[in-house]
Amino acid sequence: MDSHNIMFVILAVFIVLSSIATVTTKSIVRAATYLLFVLIGTAGLYFLMGYTFLGSVQVMVYAGGIVVLYVFSILLTSGNHEVLSKNTKLKIASSALLSVVGLGVFLFFLFKEQFKAAALGAPDESVITMDRIGRFMLSTDSQGYLLPFEAVSVLLLACIVAGLLIARKR
Amino acid sequence: MEYTLFILLLPFLSFLFLGLCGKWLSHKVAGLVGTFSLGAVAVLSYLTAFEYFTADRVNGVFETLVPYNITWLPLGSLHFDMGIMLDPISVMMLIVISTVSLMVHIYSMGYMHGEKGFQRYYAFLSLFTMSMLGLVVATNIFQMYLFWELVGVSSYLLIGFYYTTPAAIAASKKAFIVTRFADMFFLIGILIYGYYCGSFGFEFDAEGFAKGAFMLPTALVLMFIGGAGKSAMFPLHIWLPDAMEGPTPVSALIHAATMVVAGVFQIARLFPLWIQYAPQALSIVVWVGVLTAFYAAAVACVQSDIKRVLAFSTISQIAFMMVALGVCTEYTTGHHHVGSLGYMASMFHLFTHAMFKALLFLGAGCIIHAVHSNEMFAMGGLRKYMPITHWTFLIACLAIAGIPPFSGFFSKDEILTACMAYSPVVGWIMTVIAAMTAFYMFRLYYGIFWGTENKELHAHHTPHEAPLTMTLPLVFLAIVTVGAGFIPFGHFVSADGQAYDIHLDPTIATTSVIVAVCSIALATYIYKGEKQPVAEKMRAALPALHRWAFKRFYLDEVYQFVTHRIIFAHISKPIAWFDRHVVDGFFDFLAWGTNALSVQIKGLQSGSIQKYAYVFLLGVLILFLIVLI
Amino acid sequence: MIQLEYVLIISAVMMFAGVYGFLTRRSTLAILLSIELMLNSTDINFAVFNRMLHPEGHEGYFFALFSIAISAAESAVAIAIMINIYRMLKNISVDKLEKMKW
Repeated sequence: MDSHNIMFVILAVFIVLSSIATVTTKSIVRAATYLLFVLIGTAGLYFLMGYTFLGSVQVMVYAGGIVVLYVFSILLTSGNHEVLSKNTKLKIASSALLSVVGLGVFLFFLFKEQFKAAALGAPDESVITMDRIGRFMLSTDSQGYLLPFEAVSVLLLACIVAGLLIARKR
Repeated sequence: MEYTLFILLLPFLSFLFLGLCGKWLSHKVAGLVGTFSLGAVAVLSYLTAFEYFTADRVNGVFETLVPYNITWLPLGSLHFDMGIMLDPISVMMLIVISTVSLMVHIYSMGYMHGEKGFQRYYAFLSLFTMSMLGLVVATNIFQMYLFWELVGVSSYLLIGFYYTTPAAIAASKKAFIVTRFADMFFLIGILIYGYYCGSFGFEFDAEGFAKGAFMLPTALVLMFIGGAGKSAMFPLHIWLPDAMEGPTPVSALIHAATMVVAGVFQIARLFPLWIQYAPQALSIVVWVGVLTAFYAAAVACVQSDIKRVLAFSTISQIAFMMVALGVCTEYTTGHHHVGSLGYMASMFHLFTHAMFKALLFLGAGCIIHAVHSNEMFAMGGLRKYMPITHWTFLIACLAIAGIPPFSGFFSKDEILTACMAYSPVVGWIMTVIAAMTAFYMFRLYYGIFWGTENKELHAHHTPHEAPLTMTLPLVFLAIVTVGAGFIPFGHFVSADGQAYDIHLDPTIATTSVIVAVCSIALATYIYKGEKQPVAEKMRAALPALHRWAFKRFYLDEVYQFVTHRIIFAHISKPIAWFDRHVVDGFFDFLAWGTNALSVQIKGLQSGSIQKYAYVFLLGVLILFLIVLI
Repeated sequence: MIQLEYVLIISAVMMFAGVYGFLTRRSTLAILLSIELMLNSTDINFAVFNRMLHPEGHEGYFFALFSIAISAAESAVAIAIMINIYRMLKNISVDKLEKMKW
């Protein structure tokens, strides 16, 4: 058991518990907080795989941006007084059953169909360095991502405008 | 001759302008726009005629000119063309149509003064003129058919001009349906012609015709049925008397001078084919014409509505033209060949008849304008009040009766000569009918201008002469009627285009004049006096005959019976029942079933996104399991 | 020994936790949180598959990157809509939002 594997186990437990807590907790603010934990854990997974840039984007955008947005909107709308899960037992049970069966089916096939085995080794950051990411992002050759990059920037601009337009006071 | 395009374009533009913008125009402006565009058309037509007939003859024949011809719809080897063709008869028709139409336009300014829908009236008149001009200059039978239908539509619109009167609506529908029914045969004929001969053109294509020659008589007779519908030949004439519900100038233009001769024009246009490939079938034309002429003349003798008398007289006169075309036996014109005389005679009569019948109708319009009634009992003794109308009407009556030197004499005389040459039986029948024509026309004349004055009615409202806009066309047409007989018509129009000198056959001319004079004398004897004892006695002596003739020999009733009691009751009703209950029922059932089913499953569409997601996931899982296991 | 594909198990658990949340939550914001969970699990999958199957390449990496950007855009618009709905109805419970049902 090297440090990677130990780290992985810690992260795995942390993420699984947090994500279950996200969907079962009674308070919506807590749910948002658990989601934040999940997202930070995910960032940890990325670091573990050696995807440092992706991990930092995850922390900045998801954890730093989106979750904060959620918390704000939760406070703007109803706060934590909201009754989150006033459902019939049947609904909860059937949903839980569906999710568990779905998970079971997924895991069954995951283990039945052997993927290419690869150990979770030490991160090799030389594969995707910051330098390469920057070049790919702005290059126009067959490996380049300039077009999606521009499309996403236009999309984000549109979202800013749309968000303002929809949420503004009339 | 490129400017001939404007002959069609101007009335069309005027129609568009008046039809679209008429609402915002005053009556005066609308009338002037229509009249001036028609005036320009008339000038162009005269110019065309002048240029055409002063051009040099090629081999003794005026050349056929085609200034425009575009392929409109190519269909494999066949193609529908649109264009303008100028030959002697189309140029002659251009003159007739533009002259009468111009007169009617001028006349209508007075006649329709202050009517509601005045602009609409002028728009429709322009549309009609455009369609009729397009019909006569058609380069092929299909274009002719197209304009033929347009003419029918504008006739329908104008008959139904007073659309608040139920009688006008019924008349317009009747006219449209009857002519449309006949046009169906025309269309079938055209299609047969196109299919077997491989062409829609009028030009002589020996190869194509040799191939389809065996079907040509059928095609031509079918086309003749279409022409008979438009030209009100027996038994498809029933729409024309009712069409008199339209404004009187419209009757003059459409139902006397131009549209109703379309059938005659059609046969004249296809005449080379008739004479070459279907000479036997021409006898159908002859006998239909003879029967119609006689029937219409007989009915005209007893009608009391002056416009109906004129309508029946129109039917009778068109039948004369038909007979004249039918009696042709050969194509070439020689100095001694009377076999092709009928063609020239028919066209000549078409020309003169258009003028004097338009004059009669316009005169009748003045009279109706003065006494506000169509019935003869409201008239009588009007000669004192309306001198211009009286004199012009008399001239037209003399012309139609065939008294020299008025134009009708010359054309009718040619027709009788042609008939005599064809068969003495036909010749004599036609002479008798000519005599009847003279009789009923003078009965009408005396009934309107002489006889007992209806003092009661006139005391309320003294009849007066019509305004200048109305009398001017009368005078003009009267002058044409007097002079038209002296036109050397044979030089312009003849069966094969060679110049032909009209010479009067002394025997026939004398006979017909004597017969006409006798008829006029008889009419004078019976109807001129204040009291009419002879007429009363005749009516009393033959009540059944009078009633039958007055009711037009119950032909309308027969149609009514056949269509309503037999076709509607025993064919249409069951079909309608089948449609309503079985066909509609089936689709109603489908709709009802769908509706009922959707009410049942409406609950599934709960609007709750979570339920949708649940069902979706369930479905995905099941599919997953089905596919992978 | 821990295999790389074990990460897929984590993402699967996260995914179905999101599904469960989506099906049971009543506040629309909580539903959006569940959606974020699901999106995040797919992002992990992109990265893992890239690492596992094509270590030299970078397609999955960039896919995850763009997916993050798009989920940011999506949640921004969604939250704007929620705020607007809250202003109109004073409630953002899914069972109250049925104006456009039929």
